[in-house]
Amino acid sequence: MSQTIKVNDLVIRFANVNGTGSASANNMFAKAVFRMGIPVTPKNIFPSNIQGLPTWYEVRVSEKGYLGRRDGVDIMIAVNAQSFPTDVKNVRSGGYLIYDSTKTLDPEFIREDLHYIGIPMMQLCVQHFADPRQHMLMKNIVYIGALAALLNMDVKVFEQIIREQFAKKEKLIPGNLEALQLGIQYAKENFNCPLPLRMESRDLCGNKILAEGNNACGLGAVYAGATVGSWYPITPSTSVMNAFEKWCHKLRIDSKTGKKNFAIVQAEDELAAMGMVLGASWNGARAFTATSGPGVSLMSEFLGLSYFAEIPAVLIDVQRTGPSTGMPTRTQQSDILAAAYASHGDTKHILLFPSTPTECFDLTAKAFDLAERFQTAIIVMIDLDLGMNDHLCEPFQWDPSKKYDRGKVMTAAELESGKIFGRYLDIDGDGIPYRTIPGTHPTKGSFFTRGSSRDEFARYTEDGDVYARNMNRLLKKWHTAAKEMPKPEIVREEKSNKEAVLYYGTSSYAALEATDLLDLQGRRMNAMRLLSFPFPEEVKSFIDQHEKTYIIEQNRDAQMRSVLMQELNIHPEKLKSVLQFNGMPITADYIVRCIQSEKSFIPQYEKLELAESLHS
Amino acid sequence: MTYAKPNFRHPALAKNEIGFSKRDYEGALSTLCAGCGHDSISAAIVQACFEMSIQPHRLAKLSGIGCSSKTPTYFLGNSHGFNSVHGRMPSVATGAILANKDLIYLGVSGDGDTASIGMGQFVHAIRRNLNMVYIVMNNGCYGLTKGQDSATADEGSVNKSGAENPFQGIDLCGLGIELGAKFVARSFSGDKSQLIPLIKAALKHPGFALIDVISPCVTFNNNAGSTKSYDYTREHIEATAAIDLVPYKSEITIDQLEGSTELIQMHDESYIRLNKLHPDWDPMDKFSALRNLHLAHSKNEILTGLIYLDTDSKDLHEILNTSDTALNALSAEELCPGLDVLDKINESYR
Repeated sequence: MSQTIKVNDLVIRFANVNGTGSASANNMFAKAVFRMGIPVTPKNIFPSNIQGLPTWYEVRVSEKGYLGRRDGVDIMIAVNAQSFPTDVKNVRSGGYLIYDSTKTLDPEFIREDLHYIGIPMMQLCVQHFADPRQHMLMKNIVYIGALAALLNMDVKVFEQIIREQFAKKEKLIPGNLEALQLGIQYAKENFNCPLPLRMESRDLCGNKILAEGNNACGLGAVYAGATVGSWYPITPSTSVMNAFEKWCHKLRIDSKTGKKNFAIVQAEDELAAMGMVLGASWNGARAFTATSGPGVSLMSEFLGLSYFAEIPAVLIDVQRTGPSTGMPTRTQQSDILAAAYASHGDTKHILLFPSTPTECFDLTAKAFDLAERFQTAIIVMIDLDLGMNDHLCEPFQWDPSKKYDRGKVMTAAELESGKIFGRYLDIDGDGIPYRTIPGTHPTKGSFFTRGSSRDEFARYTEDGDVYARNMNRLLKKWHTAAKEMPKPEIVREEKSNKEAVLYYGTSSYAALEATDLLDLQGRRMNAMRLLSFPFPEEVKSFIDQHEKTYIIEQNRDAQMRSVLMQELNIHPEKLKSVLQFNGMPITADYIVRCIQSEKSFIPQYEKLELAESLHS
Repeated sequence: MTYAKPNFRHPALAKNEIGFSKRDYEGALSTLCAGCGHDSISAAIVQACFEMSIQPHRLAKLSGIGCSSKTPTYFLGNSHGFNSVHGRMPSVATGAILANKDLIYLGVSGDGDTASIGMGQFVHAIRRNLNMVYIVMNNGCYGLTKGQDSATADEGSVNKSGAENPFQGIDLCGLGIELGAKFVARSFSGDKSQLIPLIKAALKHPGFALIDVISPCVTFNNNAGSTKSYDYTREHIEATAAIDLVPYKSEITIDQLEGSTELIQMHDESYIRLNKLHPDWDPMDKFSALRNLHLAHSKNEILTGLIYLDTDSKDLHEILNTSDTALNALSAEELCPGLDVLDKINESYR
């Protein structure tokens, strides 16, 4: 077995039981890597269940700064009997299996090509802690301690994290510190520490932060001045509104009166959540909701109203695997078509595609400006991977001189001065009409909002020409929007490269790494990351200048490719797909294999073992 | 084709305290069938708002989909209106009310819009005690789709095609009281003298005020055998009381307290004056209200008037403890925490 020393480059997977307190211990590990200045990517892989089923936490440590998932597990902390057989199989040859040796290992789980590290976790806990609940919780800290020793990590970092984590429950600090030491001591006394796989402190994280996308969206909404949030619980979007509420409670309580400068309503369903957003936006507040695919389906009718009646709305769509209930706790980018064209009739919605928590913050804040500027729904498209996992990213930034763009709202003074007000008049020639906020003026500027056809002065009409004129204006507004959308990020654009990759959202992490891997094979590719729909003109010119463009997405039906072909009139031959849709974040190796094999239309199934293990 | 009324105002038209004539409270020309009960309700809304000197632009009118939901076009032309999607007016109203607590909200809905497709939102609007008047224009049938039975059609009622409704009807007033609505009334579109004071009192109520108005559909549900026809309603109506709203600042004289008259003080110190007709009816007693509704139903009577009132009403904003300033009027400075706070937040993620 190979004993080459590898520093700061490994994948470690923790196999736990849902509901046993492992999450906080595992987070502690990822945070310690981050605080040692080493780029780290943790992923929660959890079942749609509260307690008892297998759950995994996978941490990639990458000296080179790659933040996508990587295939192959180097170290498995296998402390779940239920998933143990598959967990053993999933370790790459030459890797390590850390297990609880309180019970003897069944010989059928012995693989000749693995290193076994048995630590009597439960036994140590029983000897040192009093009650059964503590045994279960401290077991997690014991293996963290063992890892600290085995990987040569800075113990002080762990001690500091424990002190911070339990700052409000100080009683728990000594026990956790003790459990940490138990693991460290046992590893040091019984194994050659450190292992050939090890960590060394670096300064590769700069002033970056480790944050979750959903939390960043909630914070972005606070900074954007959102005052009304309405939602219906659904995984994986629930923590968006939880975060908004948490930040509002910290930052938006009037210090004099103790009253709230915000209102959050848990709606009776997603239909009502979106209805409240439209009602509040119509009435001049910044309002938003968050949901996932099934919620988007239910909100579609209101999204159509938002488009046609031109009412601002912000929706955060945290995508999960569909169709129907699909796999509610797995990731996918499969609401693209459902969101882009939500509702009946000719409708199109503005979509934004952040790929980091920093962008979740920025683009959520921007969504409110765009919603009011274009008086329509803006859908921020993230996914479970971005929303519910920590990501290493740039710190959140805010320009103090920034003014909210409230769009074209006619004031009482403007109405009084005799300005022509027609709710759906295109005065400026950009397709964007003026609106008034209810209650503005006693005799001028009132209008009737409806989803039925009406003329430029908001009067109901079934005149076909008037209807068509209005629909054409909406299209003009759409083209205006395309010019003001966040531009795509051109990551690499060399004239000599004939091929390119195009990606968006969380596919970006693996896509960036894949282009590096392809470089090593002498296949240089240009790269572009999409940030918005409607597509700015740079997208078409980028595709036009390449013979072939691979579109990397996490869905079965190449949804973004469809939208690109449809909206930019691109020949299908020019666009190839790399598709993964097994619910796990896409990996660079997978992308490279698809591109090399030119089997990009045939989804590859060989890496589905983790998903399969759920059903074993 | 659009319908508009001439803007001409006769100079001799009577004006209210704030200088508006009744015409200023009217809207576009109705496109409903001649004789539609809904037009009578629109007229009652116009009259009530005129008499109360409501500033039209401070009232927002919202509706769902259906014949009834078209009516906001036909009253208060200087008010902002929102004709939303079928059954979803309550959620749109919730959002609007959250954004600006300072406007007056008038929701109009139908029996299909409220009792079928919108039942979910209707019950939650009550549960959250939105500060709004919610008028159901109840004709027991779907007019716009040509006369299908609605969920409020009574069991055994015969529709225009001669079919008998086999299902129980939903009593929106009973449901409203059960769900905790503090102001519940029923009226008849043909009884202006009852309906106008009810609308005025509802507008004064600081919370969800439900008025279920039997409003016969002249085209599809005014036939023999229908229990929501004009004739049937007139024959079976029984009122709880004759009521009046005595505005704040008006003198309450002793003689008004005599006999069966009762005064109920509203939150702004105006009064509802009740001349009780029903012998064992106490509008402030929930159990009595429910009992009388059931009794009336068992006798095939339609109990109208103010059925239940509780002046101790905490509306959504009080429940949520939102700021005194309307949320849509808060400044960017009050809302955006700024860069320094963000730097501290960043620090917590390191």
